[in-house]
Amino acid sequence: MSGFASPDPVTLNLWHPIAAIGEIPPGKVSATVLLDEPVNFAKVADGEPFVWRARPELRAGDAAPSTRPADALPSLVAYGYLWTSLGTPPEEIFAIPEYAEPDRRNVAAASIGVAVSAPRAIENFLDMGHFPYVHTGILGEQPHTEVKEYDVETSAERDEVLATRCRFFQPMASTVAKGGMEVEYVYRVPHPFCSVLYKSSPLDANRQDVIAIFLQPVGQERIRAHMMLSILDDQNDDTFIRRFQLMVFGQDKPILENQFPKRLPLDPRAETPIRADKSAIAYRRWLSAKGVTYGVIPAAA
Amino acid sequence: MIALHDYELSAECYKVRLMLGLLGLKWRVVPVDYYPGAEHKTPAFRTLSPLGRIPVLEDDGFTLHEPHAILIYLAGRYDTSDHWSPREPRLAAEVAQWLSFAVDLDASAGAARRADGFFEAVDADAARAEAHRLFRILDEHLWFGERQGRGWLCPAERPTIAEIACFPAVALSEEGGVSRQDYPAIRRWMDRVKRVPGFSVMSGVFPAAPGR
Ligand SMILES: [Fe+2]
Repeated sequence: MSGFASPDPVTLNLWHPIAAIGEIPPGKVSATVLLDEPVNFAKVADGEPFVWRARPELRAGDAAPSTRPADALPSLVAYGYLWTSLGTPPEEIFAIPEYAEPDRRNVAAASIGVAVSAPRAIENFLDMGHFPYVHTGILGEQPHTEVKEYDVETSAERDEVLATRCRFFQPMASTVAKGGMEVEYVYRVPHPFCSVLYKSSPLDANRQDVIAIFLQPVGQERIRAHMMLSILDDQNDDTFIRRFQLMVFGQDKPILENQFPKRLPLDPRAETPIRADKSAIAYRRWLSAKGVTYGVIPAAA
Repeated sequence: MIALHDYELSAECYKVRLMLGLLGLKWRVVPVDYYPGAEHKTPAFRTLSPLGRIPVLEDDGFTLHEPHAILIYLAGRYDTSDHWSPREPRLAAEVAQWLSFAVDLDASAGAARRADGFFEAVDADAARAEAHRLFRILDEHLWFGERQGRGWLCPAERPTIAEIACFPAVALSEEGGVSRQDYPAIRRWMDRVKRVPGFSVMSGVFPAAPGR
């Protein structure tokens, strides 16, 4: 694979998601790749998960170690996923307070491999302009193609990009939608490779469904996209909820994989001033300012 | 009513959804959490499909697994024109030949897609190499067919279940890193399949371009 360079320090020190907690087979070593580095993980005897850099004597499928390995990488469990870091991660991960609300359905929807850079996938996630064309009949419908004016800010205090007052007409906004409605969106990008979306709930006008994507950069041009839903749905089982989310993501997949270039260009001249791109521009600037170079084409100095 | 135990992103399930749509049938979906839930491997699911595979079709108390068997059944029972699963012995045998080819497509192009997208433990590079070998054979067959005035896989005026069996693994191949750039006759055939009245898409498959 091209560009096997060591990741920038910002990327190295991030928390990265690697697997849904519920899918880690008990008693067995599992394997994945993070930032071009093979890592292994397992739940030890008491069920606590650990992550370590892959070593030849312990392979995927082998019996899990019975105690915490001495060379364990930092790890934590958040939002249904196991996170780790190859550097020195912050003490805490970004907050999604809604996750703790007792009446929500929290579903680790799936982890899907996609041949795209993480920043490109975030950019697509933020773009409402593709709804009528890619998610026709579900998240958008022609002729409702207009992206209405919305607000974007980069919060210095919270260190995240925030897009608010995004509105879009959606024929089938969620698993509990009964026909089309104008849906209001809020997008947060609280982590260079993660985004959290809030959209009006068809069940409760005062609350929002939360849909998050946590991207695991396998390499600069390949990700595992981990999806998390925290939604109001008292009607459908997890299988149905996952199916809806996977159908939508499956429509994005070929779009993501055909992006050119695969890495996100951060050069301001690569920006095009259409409204749908407002959040993308803020996101690119935020990455640039942070000094993220992994999965992007940095602006010429 | 026909019930289909179905996973949205499964190419094999898509074969059955395609057929049902092309025959103008109505059906009920029973969602199976194939990935990530691996529900198809549970004992409960194995009572429907002993090999633990999707799709499974239920119709009038008759339960059937294996996508090509389902195509044969649906065409045999519901296609009044008999063109999807022809009875003429030579033609029927040629259709069977392509159903077998479709099994190989699912095990190569399909397996590469499942490895890249759903982390199925297969040798993706070997699967891709085999997919290209099969695509080359398919492209050549279709190219010569076009020269002889044959637009479909079998020498018939109208498409057969051979089309339905082969289409999904081919149409989704790029998700497994198998490009169709070098197979122009395959691309033209895909376009013809997409224009058959009643054709339906799935996530990852686009409708035919308008016009032409
Ligand atoms: Fe999308």
